[in-house]
Amino acid sequence: MSQKKYRILIGKPGLDGHDRGAKCIARALRDAGFEVIYTGIRRTPEEIAAAAVQEDVDAVGLSSLSGAHLVLFPEIVENLRKQGAEDIPVIGGGIIPEEDLPTLNEQGVSKVFTPGTTMQEIINTFTEICEKGAHA
Amino acid sequence: MTSKHPDLQKWEETVLAKTIQKFPERCENFHTVGGLELPRIGLPKVLDQEYLEKLGLPGMYPFTRGVQPTMYRSRLWTMRQYAGFSTAEETNKRYRYLLDQGQTGLSVAFDLPTQIGYDSDHSMSRGEVGKVGVAIDSLADMEKLFDQIPLDKVSTSMTINSPAAVLLAMYVALAEKQGVDPQQVKGTIQNDVLKEYVARGTFIFPPRPSLRLVTNIFEWCSENTPSFNTISISGYHIREAGSTAVQEVAFTLANGCEYVRAALEAGLDIDVFGKRLSFFFNATTDIMEEVAKFRAARRMWAKIMRDHFQAQNERSWMLRFHTQTAGHTLSGKQIDNNVVRVTLQALAAVLGGTQSLHTNSKDEALTLPTEDSVRTALRTQQVIAHESGVANSIDVLGGSYLLEDLTDRIEQESWALMQKIDDFGGVIPAIEQGFIKRQIEDSAYEYQNKIDSKERIVVGENEFQSEEEMKVPLLRIDPEIEKTQVKTVQDVRQNRDNQKVESVLNQLEQAGQTDANLMPYIVEAVKEYATIGEICQVLRNVFGEHKEISS
Amino acid sequence: MHNIDQIVQGIHQEKSRSIARAISIVEDADAGADDLLDSLDTARIENTMVVGITGAPGAGKSTLTNCLVEHCRNLGKRVGVVAIDPSSPISGGAIHGDRIRMMQHAMDQDVVVRSMATRGRLGGLCASAGAAVRVMAAGGCDPVFIETVGVGQSEMDIIQSSDITALVSAPGLGDDIQALKAGLLEVADIMVVNKADCPGADLLSMELEEVAHEKGRRVFRTVAAKKEGIEDLFTYMRELFDTHRESGESARRRKLARQREIVDWSIEMLRPYIGEMCKSRGDDLSMDPKICAHEITKSLLQGHGNRE
Repeated sequence: MSQKKYRILIGKPGLDGHDRGAKCIARALRDAGFEVIYTGIRRTPEEIAAAAVQEDVDAVGLSSLSGAHLVLFPEIVENLRKQGAEDIPVIGGGIIPEEDLPTLNEQGVSKVFTPGTTMQEIINTFTEICEKGAHA
Repeated sequence: MTSKHPDLQKWEETVLAKTIQKFPERCENFHTVGGLELPRIGLPKVLDQEYLEKLGLPGMYPFTRGVQPTMYRSRLWTMRQYAGFSTAEETNKRYRYLLDQGQTGLSVAFDLPTQIGYDSDHSMSRGEVGKVGVAIDSLADMEKLFDQIPLDKVSTSMTINSPAAVLLAMYVALAEKQGVDPQQVKGTIQNDVLKEYVARGTFIFPPRPSLRLVTNIFEWCSENTPSFNTISISGYHIREAGSTAVQEVAFTLANGCEYVRAALEAGLDIDVFGKRLSFFFNATTDIMEEVAKFRAARRMWAKIMRDHFQAQNERSWMLRFHTQTAGHTLSGKQIDNNVVRVTLQALAAVLGGTQSLHTNSKDEALTLPTEDSVRTALRTQQVIAHESGVANSIDVLGGSYLLEDLTDRIEQESWALMQKIDDFGGVIPAIEQGFIKRQIEDSAYEYQNKIDSKERIVVGENEFQSEEEMKVPLLRIDPEIEKTQVKTVQDVRQNRDNQKVESVLNQLEQAGQTDANLMPYIVEAVKEYATIGEICQVLRNVFGEHKEISS
Repeated sequence: MHNIDQIVQGIHQEKSRSIARAISIVEDADAGADDLLDSLDTARIENTMVVGITGAPGAGKSTLTNCLVEHCRNLGKRVGVVAIDPSSPISGGAIHGDRIRMMQHAMDQDVVVRSMATRGRLGGLCASAGAAVRVMAAGGCDPVFIETVGVGQSEMDIIQSSDITALVSAPGLGDDIQALKAGLLEVADIMVVNKADCPGADLLSMELEEVAHEKGRRVFRTVAAKKEGIEDLFTYMRELFDTHRESGESARRRKLARQREIVDWSIEMLRPYIGEMCKSRGDDLSMDPKICAHEITKSLLQGHGNRE
């Protein structure tokens, strides 16, 4: 039986257009064997959640560098819940101060990467979270 | 005693003499700290043909060693720190602080809704208002931004691209309100929409109509605001997106060529708009490559403007640029190291002959900078300017075997890459087919891999780490600000003459369907307090919206 | 564990989540996949038009597919799209970058999009993609577009599993029309010259017309970026599908496709057993691989290595 392939949706909610980080992570995940659905910049939370549900992804990765994460990330969690997909974990990254992590966690974001996190750490986290979900 | 080379003689008697008259050098003579006199410029004992062709003299084609004959000996580079956040009032306070501290030019950062032509109460603006810059919805916000700042006494650089026409219109309208003649107004708008599609992502309209707006601005400014720089053709963001130094040069100059072509097609005179083109580059930490890069870019642009586009006016051949130290090199760990990085990067920019410089603050990888860290960033420039001696002679590294070799090689590789773009049929096809974005992404990925594998060391991050628990005082944007701004723009909409607004917006829409220059219509609209969202919506209706290209 | 009944009900009620979950279950061959497939509404599946869209990168397939989706929506249809991207042969992962173009439909419940990777399966791609199409059809989608690059054999098979195949080219891609698309030219029902407003479009159209004429096929010109030529193209697709249904061509193709899919599923199912037998036999380097294979196959057919 071949290894289960995990599907990840990566998107940038809000107006921030800097996609270098998101794209690097997408590539790194692909190189680690994930199937990555990249949804681009300037997405609304509703769009990202809808796409995640349609693609039945194992996790959603969000990137925000403009400081809008406290508003937009929880909205995505909420939108997933509304569509009956609260089991899809949401992971965030970007320019996010340590101080905001507890709030984001409370609001349903499973894990947040702060600047300086290595690619390997990111890949390990996605792997862990997906594997946990698969056995749920 | 060796006799002076005739070219050198001529340079001294014409170009140099003229400049010294207008902009005398800061000192009669310059000396090192130890008392040795510093020549104006280090020269080889013999100025052979190769030297004259490839390096030449500063202020003369091909400008490799600098665009002015006296460079910093007459005037230091402009110390221009990018700033702006939350409200116009807060930003205004920060400006007046910086002007007091000796900063010589203002630089405006706008929030993302403003950059993308949305009002603060638009659904897409949620969570973004005032975060990465100041929110400007209408002329009313502009008035608050420059409260007590006379626009004839400052030079303002506005980092705005797709809706640059709107912000420029607001600035000029404000100047008029202050009683300042627009002919006196000085500054720059970034207005470089081509890089948005490949590096920065704040595009609104598709490429071709955007170029129309750009050329409208060129034309209008040459008549109305001749001292205003109408574009800052940017490599900074391309580099931030992960490109190499060669790609930074090649893609920036290729974009520059595209703007020149568009302007010529629109019937503009290259010698009128050519001298108002300016550039914006990145300064990363690899000093020699950066200095070589700036020199190669200058030499290439001179050749492009003189030999390819056949501009006649010497001033059109000069590549003048602003530099910002590399944001992407700032670390969130051991942030004091960033001060060192920024110093080296600023030094590279100065050694490379930049006309103006922004130095990042040490905490910028984590947050918007505090007043203290901004001051240190500014002091970094001042220490270089006044204590290091490198500003007292021109192109001080010129002649270094390594530097000249790197300069030549960067030039060669950049030409080759520009040729590839030509093979696509130009910049716009290369953008539309994802070529440029892919190139940048490939470099970004390679760079990331080198860091992950420790082939490239980042001190404090993948080597020399420490178990620090240093707490950085963060600058928080109060979420109430969004609410306040929303109320402000709604009040503006209520209190203006809405009939007039509708009328000017209609006229703008109609003009948009023709070949007319849109600037006068936009100026009329901002004077009636039409909002940026309303104006951009009209333009969206006419031009359409650009959709992201997958690469 | 999956509640198959609930999911099947959800599919027939055209619920996004159910359709999405179902496709995953089938693709991963999870428990319940068989029941799921068995319970799908066959009437719906029979009547759905499946359109395969293929062509070299840069031809504008995704833009074109997007235009077709928009057009179908304007006609009030519920549309499905299976977008297939190659998996990296080295890492096994994939990036589905074309989803970006489809994001404008993210909020439209009547556009069902699924990105699928080839997963290096020699056969399995047909199997999963075919199943995904059937799930979408059962979920009320008609038509369903399958979009693929069409380079590998498995992707050829996919394309051949469609009712109508369109081969998209564009001028200036630097391909020698004969060399690259020989196989696809055979298979395509419709040839599309996209970016028809670019230089070289006339020449390309002419070259394709020659080939098309021989086989009684047509060439269409589109400028997907400007949404031109879409209506005519889609109208012809429908007409051709109806014609094939009447003539029995459609039934013939579906039968072939069904056979292909059965073979693919079988191979996929046998593969682990073959793998285990190889392992348990050890590796006698002196024996020719083909002879090993003979022995293994004979063993399996005789019922050795029985598993349930």
